Amino acid sequence: MTRAHDLGGRPAGPVPDKDDTVVFHDSWHAKALALNLASGALGAWNIDASRFAREQLKDYATLSYYEKWMAGLANLLVERGLVTEAELSGDVPQSQLTPKALRAADVSAAMHKFMPYTRKNGPTAQFQMGDKVRTLSAPQAGHCRLPAYAAGRVGTVILSHGNHVFPDTNARFQGENPQPLYTVEFTAATLWGAAAENPDDAISLDLWQPYLEPL
Amino acid sequence: MPHDHHEPHSLLPSDPELRARALETILVQKGLVDPAALSALIDTYQNDIGPQNGARVVARAWANPAFKARLLSDATAAIAELGFAGRQGEHMVVVENTAAVHNMVVCTLCSCYPWPVLGIPPAWYKSDEYRSRAVKEPRAVLAEFGVALLGSQKVRVWDSSAEVRYLVLPMQPEGSHELDEGALANLVSRNAMIGTALAGAE
Repeated sequence: MTRAHDLGGRPAGPVPDKDDTVVFHDSWHAKALALNLASGALGAWNIDASRFAREQLKDYATLSYYEKWMAGLANLLVERGLVTEAELSGDVPQSQLTPKALRAADVSAAMHKFMPYTRKNGPTAQFQMGDKVRTLSAPQAGHCRLPAYAAGRVGTVILSHGNHVFPDTNARFQGENPQPLYTVEFTAATLWGAAAENPDDAISLDLWQPYLEPL
Repeated sequence: MPHDHHEPHSLLPSDPELRARALETILVQKGLVDPAALSALIDTYQNDIGPQNGARVVARAWANPAFKARLLSDATAAIAELGFAGRQGEHMVVVENTAAVHNMVVCTLCSCYPWPVLGIPPAWYKSDEYRSRAVKEPRAVLAEFGVALLGSQKVRVWDSSAEVRYLVLPMQPEGSHELDEGALANLVSRNAMIGTALAGAE
């Protein structure tokens, strides 16, 4: 697993186009987003699986943002059996619109619908606000939302969010496996040592209990 | 296919415009996607859901202390009072800028962003440069955006690694306390709500 997507802390140049207010720069950008949302509404995958599909792209580092969204979508469509490889490369027989498809009239309601990621089941919270915790020494293989820059570091629990769907299993269709989620704050000095701009600045991450160990 | 690890997407045209068209054709022909729904989705994020929503939330917080208190204690519910809710805004947290703290938001692992209040993230927010640098050199990034911090301000960076979404409540500009909510909202840019601008600044 290369974690090409795990960019935090890497050296990089100036941030581009800071005052840009254009929502979609090309019609295909808009189309790429809409195709992802409409296909996602079919229910054949979840948000974690769609992120995982993009992270796993061999060309992650060279594809542009919406190119990643299209490539990830195409791979998922095949992986989940909605489209065959033959159909991706050739003509497709025409079929009736499936009842599962998102209809234009339902788009606004679907995008405004409250679909929380909190769950009632799962383990009890092991940590309280104010507790010191240490993160795992490295991100787990597969889809793991612990960034490498914060691995093996000590931080403080500042918010507790209840049990949330666990992306590591959900991304692989191995179940929601809800786990307690916390916001953990790290000092810049803890993360960056002498390279910190200001040792007392703070960086927070939202981390699930399996990423954390008691101190 | 042990010796053929091609990814299915490589079967599509590589030119992105042609690729988008090919994907659309396949999904529509197969009856998986309603083309009218695509237009409705694009219209929704082009016109209905954008930073004008977040600006109304900020303006109300400045004008109404009771709303601000609710916003800081249960942001999802307070934001829903204005009718803003849904996809990518299910678990909102609002972080307040003060003379002691300047907040900024990033997603280093992908592009998590509070859609119901800010819409689709701008290209710079999704860029490798911002994702790489915001957590390690936030002060250099803020300077690049033209944000002058107060000497008293500590920087707090919120890296959105789960489904919690962050909105920055900027400091209210001096001399704006007599304005009504509509006028206040005009002082709130998208970048001010990400933390890469101050309210009232261009």
